[in-house]
Amino acid sequence: MDDAELLESLLGGDESAFGELVRRYHPTLIKVARYYVGSAASAEDVAQDTWIAVLKGIEKFEGRSSFKTWLLRICANRARTSGVREHRSIPVDPNESGPTVSAHRFDQGGFWSEPPVPFTDAVDSRLDNSALLAAVRGAIDTLGEPQQAVVTLRDVEGLSTQEVATLLGLSEANVRVILHRGRARVREIVEEAMKGSKI
Amino acid sequence: MKLLPSPLVCRDAVELVSDYLDGTLSRRGRRRLEKHLAQCDACTAYLDQMRATIAASGTVGPEDLPSDVVEGLVNLFRQYRSDD
Repeated sequence: MDDAELLESLLGGDESAFGELVRRYHPTLIKVARYYVGSAASAEDVAQDTWIAVLKGIEKFEGRSSFKTWLLRICANRARTSGVREHRSIPVDPNESGPTVSAHRFDQGGFWSEPPVPFTDAVDSRLDNSALLAAVRGAIDTLGEPQQAVVTLRDVEGLSTQEVATLLGLSEANVRVILHRGRARVREIVEEAMKGSKI
Repeated sequence: MKLLPSPLVCRDAVELVSDYLDGTLSRRGRRRLEKHLAQCDACTAYLDQMRATIAASGTVGPEDLPSDVVEGLVNLFRQYRSDD
């Protein structure tokens, strides 16, 4: 069932539809909240408050944006308020201007000395593809902020750069830089994992 | 005389790949990168890796939530409905 169908069932009082939306979005709500607040426990509270706000406001949801965008906006607004209350500053990428591929991979002239191998060579079978998915998920989970929130919203949830920028209070140019660095980090971790998984 | 853009080396080419895949690279940047990729198998492999990473990110789906978390929130829903 897609979100619109689940929403329809939810409006009819179907608790399993609510459970499905929770399963679908609660992990992302926690990630958005974690970007703004200081602890995992605060992020849980924000995510829970978001669902309460959804239940209170669902009748007023007009469908002008997608349910996902509406939900994430509620979460971001609540998390921002909690973050301000905690006097927490928005995380910045500590290595924002450094290279994203380790210097030892290149020779003095800037050409590859340890060139990459396409993952596709390793993901011909479904088994390998599930290894790739597991490696990508694990890699995203190890990202620090702000990369984790940006990569999750842009690449996992498929939001536009503009939507990500609005949710996280960043400029689009900043989102692109953080995304570039986050993706490069995920690629690097996955590359290592795929090397290890080749038998 | 029109100045030709300097050719890219691999170390700089990899920094352009994310914007290239999102279509947000300048026209000049795109041309320089494409020219480099046409001659560089290693950077083409890097591009493929990045493309595979992004595609996989879009299909990982939500992580499994512990059942007590879902149950706790569904209880909240029941409570809300009964207060209504």
